[in-house]
Amino acid sequence: MEENTIYTVEQVKDRIAQEFPTEVKFDTKVKPRRLFMSADKEILFKLCTLLKDQLGFDHCSLVSGVDWTDRFQTVYHISSFSNNITVEIVVDLPHDNPEVDSITPLWGGANWHERETYDMFGIIFKGHPNLKRLLLPEDYTFFPLRKDFEVGGL
Amino acid sequence: MDLSLYPQAMAMSAKEFVDWSRGVMDDLARTTGVKKAVDKIADPFINWGVRNSIYPLHFGIACCALEMAACSSPRYDNERLGMVFRSSPRQTDVLLVNGWVTHKLRPALRRLYEQMPEPKWVIAMGECAISGGPWYDSYNTVQGVDSFIPVDVYIPGCPPRPEAMIDGFLKLHTKIKNSKIGTFMDD
Amino acid sequence: MAEMWINMGPQHPMTHGLWNLRIKVDGEIIVDSEPVIGYLHRGWEKMVEDRLYPQIIPMADRLCYGSSFSWSHVYCMAVEDLMGIEVPERAQYIRAMSDELQRIGNHLMWLGAIGPDLGNLTIFLYALRERELFLDLFTSLCGARMTYNYCRIGGVRNGPPPNWERDLVRTLDYFEKRMDEYEDLVDRNALFRMRMEGLSYLSGKEAVNLGVTGPSLRGSGVKYDIRHNDPYEIYDELDWHMCVRDEGDVYARYRVRMDEMRMSVQIVRDILKKMPKSGPIRVKPPREAPVGTGMARIEDPRGESLMYVVGDGTDKPYRLSVRSPLFVILSAAPAMLNGNRIADVPSIMGMLDVCMGETDR
Repeated sequence: MEENTIYTVEQVKDRIAQEFPTEVKFDTKVKPRRLFMSADKEILFKLCTLLKDQLGFDHCSLVSGVDWTDRFQTVYHISSFSNNITVEIVVDLPHDNPEVDSITPLWGGANWHERETYDMFGIIFKGHPNLKRLLLPEDYTFFPLRKDFEVGGL
Repeated sequence: MDLSLYPQAMAMSAKEFVDWSRGVMDDLARTTGVKKAVDKIADPFINWGVRNSIYPLHFGIACCALEMAACSSPRYDNERLGMVFRSSPRQTDVLLVNGWVTHKLRPALRRLYEQMPEPKWVIAMGECAISGGPWYDSYNTVQGVDSFIPVDVYIPGCPPRPEAMIDGFLKLHTKIKNSKIGTFMDD
Repeated sequence: MAEMWINMGPQHPMTHGLWNLRIKVDGEIIVDSEPVIGYLHRGWEKMVEDRLYPQIIPMADRLCYGSSFSWSHVYCMAVEDLMGIEVPERAQYIRAMSDELQRIGNHLMWLGAIGPDLGNLTIFLYALRERELFLDLFTSLCGARMTYNYCRIGGVRNGPPPNWERDLVRTLDYFEKRMDEYEDLVDRNALFRMRMEGLSYLSGKEAVNLGVTGPSLRGSGVKYDIRHNDPYEIYDELDWHMCVRDEGDVYARYRVRMDEMRMSVQIVRDILKKMPKSGPIRVKPPREAPVGTGMARIEDPRGESLMYVVGDGTDKPYRLSVRSPLFVILSAAPAMLNGNRIADVPSIMGMLDVCMGETDR
């Protein structure tokens, strides 16, 4: 984290591919200052540690979830202030047991985002300091953003 | 017990005495025309005083609260109508509900309404307070604040302009004017 | 000394929005704090899954009503990223100009709100009076004072009416003269300065790790502004510079916002010089979105706002995820509050410019 080297998108991509050759797959979209990838959930914490300690990614922008009916997905957006790059990581989780490591020990900014994703979807983040409901009242038992939760219309 | 036949008072319990004396004063005031005279002189003054010094509660929920704040700006000045926003519900006359009400907020809002002393009124400002507004299919909003609080004036709009809010308050003035708020012993 | 938890809120004149700040006090000093939110949660992200793409634009306006143009702007940018649409150049200039005018309007509302908190009731009247001038400009441009419904997927709805640019230049000249008066009124007031200086220090590294963005981050010495580092629309062609302060206390965050107001005036003048005089302002988007994802981030008046949209081939989004800057800054509130007194809470919380519509969604 103390290095002052400026990395480009290509250098970041090569470095990640070097460390995790099979577990991380890169998307073919090309946009300036962006990198899109999908990762396995077992190596997520190691990947984020690599991003934070050696590549200068010091800000967690967003942690959110998507419910594809056969699997869950968590989506991470992590930015680097010194390199001006934003990275998008997509992690697939099984539908009946959605658990993933929490990245709150690395970036404090992910704390409430993970609590909100638990509140809305029911995804458990292992190692989170305080995983309670945030937006809905404490005694609600349903997870609203799942696709099997119907809301009424007019 | 016909006490007019026995001017020497007999023993009564305290409650009986209070009821009897209230009845005597009531009869006296009505039959001698004192109540009518006092009402005729005092009622217009008290009514004018109440309706020209309405104190709303300093309570802003959502977008309509910014229009409520703009109403206090120099252009649409609402202080010329006597409206001073108070922070504590025990010192206010009007509860101005200006935004959507969620299930988490609903008990707090009901408690605020019950903390206000009589006489009190409620104004529902904006579509969200009247009927749920654009959030008609949400799992967490109450569809209309009049399902748990009695509402006197509805101000439509999303958000209503400050002029519309002043017009709503003037309609409340008309409602107060037509009510007998300055009369006494009228239970 | 006995310690106890105190509730400040939900109905409290300090909070500017509906949230509950629970503080644990030991006498007068704050030992721990915990913000409790959720009083305004209406399930925005669930409701948009049942609306067509253009129907979501007025809903995005009502996410944060103080800076409503920037939220519909970031939504339109995210959907354009998903659909692969290129916005015409004149529309990009008009969007950037509306963004900057919205920034001035939002900072004026903030200034009017913190004044009474700290005992300065005059600045409320002055700030709201100037804000009315900018709302007049928006009314003649798109018809509404606060929630505009002006941005469209593929451009903006209409160009400026005749004489609008003349009114804009007059308003900016008048506003710049008035800014000198306000700075005199507020900055040279010894009580105001005493209540703000040296309070609640937040270092740059801690701010970056906790996810703080926007004027609160630039007040701690970190040089990061999305308009400069990750430019969108036409910001890389304009002549302006970031407003950064090094002290890291409440006074620095206040000064960054005042400097930003002046910088926005400079940006708008530059845009008026460089904007093309004629040209298309709108491109027609397709009705159905392709399968894929789109993402956009802009510099909201309060920080970094980001939207992530997932399309599935139909005309309604499959998932629309919102990153609100204040959601993260409120989670960092304990770091800013611990060790200070109860009487300092309005000063610290007011400088963060809280708007609960976007925090709770």
